[in-house]
Amino acid sequence: MSRLKTMVRNQVGVQPLRGGHSLCQGCGIPMVVRTVLSTIRDPVVVVNATGCLEVATTRFPTTAWSVPWLHVAFENAAAVASGVESAQRALRRRNALPADQDVRVVVFAGDGGTYDIGLQALSGALERGHRFLFVCYDNEAYMNTGVQRSGATPFGASTTTSPAGLDSFGKAQRRKDMTAIAVAHHVPYVAQAASTHWHDLSVKVERAVAVDGPAFLNVLSDCPVGWGHEPELSRHVVDAAVETCFWPLYEVVDGRYRLTYEPRHAPVEEWLESQRRFAHLFRPENAGLVRRIQEQVDAEWTELLARCHADETAPGAWPAAS
Amino acid sequence: MTNVRLLTGGEAVAQAMRQVDPDVVPVYPITPQTPIIQTFAKFVADGAASTEIVNVESEHSAMSAAIGAALAGGRTMTATSSQGLALMAEVVYIAASMRAPIVMALGNRALSGPINIHCDHSDSMLVRDSGVVQLFAENAQEAYDLMVMAPRIAEDPRVRLPVLVCLDGFTITHSAEPVALLPDEDVARFVGAYDVQNSLLESARPSTHGPFAMPDYYFELRRQQAAALEAALDVLGEVADDFERLSGRWHGALERYRMYDATRALVALGSTAGTIKDVVDELREEGEPVGLVKLVAFRPFPAEALAATLGRCDRVSVLDRADSPGGTPPLRAELAAALYGSDVELAGHVYGLGGRDLHPPDVRALFAGTADPYVGLRGERCPV
Amino acid sequence: MGDLTTWEKLPVGGVVRPEDAPRTLTGGWRTGETPVVDLSRCVNCLLCWLYCPDSAITLAGETFEGFDLDYCKGCGICADVCPVAAIEMVPE
Repeated sequence: MSRLKTMVRNQVGVQPLRGGHSLCQGCGIPMVVRTVLSTIRDPVVVVNATGCLEVATTRFPTTAWSVPWLHVAFENAAAVASGVESAQRALRRRNALPADQDVRVVVFAGDGGTYDIGLQALSGALERGHRFLFVCYDNEAYMNTGVQRSGATPFGASTTTSPAGLDSFGKAQRRKDMTAIAVAHHVPYVAQAASTHWHDLSVKVERAVAVDGPAFLNVLSDCPVGWGHEPELSRHVVDAAVETCFWPLYEVVDGRYRLTYEPRHAPVEEWLESQRRFAHLFRPENAGLVRRIQEQVDAEWTELLARCHADETAPGAWPAAS
Repeated sequence: MTNVRLLTGGEAVAQAMRQVDPDVVPVYPITPQTPIIQTFAKFVADGAASTEIVNVESEHSAMSAAIGAALAGGRTMTATSSQGLALMAEVVYIAASMRAPIVMALGNRALSGPINIHCDHSDSMLVRDSGVVQLFAENAQEAYDLMVMAPRIAEDPRVRLPVLVCLDGFTITHSAEPVALLPDEDVARFVGAYDVQNSLLESARPSTHGPFAMPDYYFELRRQQAAALEAALDVLGEVADDFERLSGRWHGALERYRMYDATRALVALGSTAGTIKDVVDELREEGEPVGLVKLVAFRPFPAEALAATLGRCDRVSVLDRADSPGGTPPLRAELAAALYGSDVELAGHVYGLGGRDLHPPDVRALFAGTADPYVGLRGERCPV
Repeated sequence: MGDLTTWEKLPVGGVVRPEDAPRTLTGGWRTGETPVVDLSRCVNCLLCWLYCPDSAITLAGETFEGFDLDYCKGCGICADVCPVAAIEMVPE
């Protein structure tokens, strides 16, 4: 049966995230949330860091969530999730919960609440080995507060705190490799995904919740306002990130890398020209910057390929794909 | 069978935690509360408690994990001091607003800077507006007793707020005293089961916790919260009565020591009350009509009871182990508000910052009305 | 959720139940365009259902049914992702 139909069935007639929220027209976040939640069959508790998703879906007295949902603050979603997970563990050990109940703790946080202010709590939760899924919806800036740059903002992007101007070409630093940081915690499952590659994302969610420990998903998701593109072109923009190798799709199972999608390896301009936040890079004086971005993307891609190749050909069976 | 053991305040608190046997305890170390978490961790490691300990990576995460656990149906406790409380301060406010009945032992320690690991009450005062209950112990016995009482107060449906059990750093946390422990079964029966409402783990009844509130609702939600803290005063009284039936010891919002005919009184929080009681006894032998009001509950503040007790005095000296530079020290300000309209002479003194001891000669000077506003500071009149 | 006029009547801790919560009709956000479907072309792939940021594609069981115009913000993603061009954004 098609995966999409399965996802529909898993919802049992109730959308986990309903309409009526105030996320922007064409926002890329709900698709990530709905793909994740309709893949998971078990009941969930959603822990949401402060950000667009949280603010726009829970303005008192409304709520767009039909699953148990918890928000505490910006930087501590992983710590809060650790508490929920620990309570379930303790209560189960004391036989205070229905025996067949297994509630999955799922965190949704933006890149700010993951790469920057949320990094400490995430790192601690990964190190402690809690059984939970952390999903970062990475739209590459602090969007909710007005498109300020984060540790996830790409080199050369114009944001409101790293604006392109007469004396600046936008963000002067490369973004963090958050996926690699997660891998460095030796957790059972880490993956990089993209909102519009929903099938790949759904398969990764399944694998993530099957492990007995922490799982981290870094999911690229677009922001029409912050990135500067027409809302209806979301799919093309996110696909461009994947096809240009700017955002490779791969997974790391018990430390072993595997590519899950072979992109076209289109020139990085295809990605950059789709969004106004990179428009200044196409001025003649910035041609060198575009070349630099291409070199960065190529170097990272080569390194990733080498790692995937080494891990896939190393002795010992690679975990079977489903 | 009650058994009396020689325990430090920290160990006594850990014993109470062992007997309560909470579901989840997030721990992060900071002097001087570490003996609490270390002693408790050993209990768990030896199977004396079946708590899920979460070794978080900061105090901010300790309180965050505590909220998650409490709202998922787990009875939750933790401990901190000073900078740890400062770091988790935003989450303490949130825990109160989310009505999470977390019990936290606070080993009172001075806030930096300079960095200082010794006792004062500046850390408690940092969160005095956060909406949590704050109870102060005088000694290790009281620290134990209050920790046993705390879950009942926190979890009462009229309250449902975090409760801080404050014990002076080093003076109580690290000093060994005789402590009478209740039997394990008595404590278990006293605290009962944790009945969370709207549990996150109750998937069939989903609920949204921690909303975003605009100006059209924030004010009302805060007012609702304030009412719960006001209700905590009555709840404290009820729990204190119950605890007295169990133990013979009563810990209400305040303790009146030799106050019935006192014309001059001191008001204080924490372990210094013990020193003051000794001096009160000496002065009474000398015929001085003096007494002490030891405040146990700082939040909620028992303004009416204090006004009734102190209104009969000629002079009241209030001792603050915390300062409010540029303004009025916290206890003095609250007491002045409570005594507004009475003709009691109110003197305020700051003492003991950063662990500076208050000695009996200082207390005599306080009763005599000759002590400096900052009493015990190095200078002419300091006996040390 | 009933009467929310005074602080005593608010749910404790601001906890909201989805079944009680009022809904905001974000359909009012549409600025001139609305989706229409040619059902004869629809192959029931359900991609529009997944992509819609406002969960505004309604299903009858597992079959495409229509658009929930109370919540559709008119972003046009459904029209863009439909593989058989069954959906079109038209002036409202």
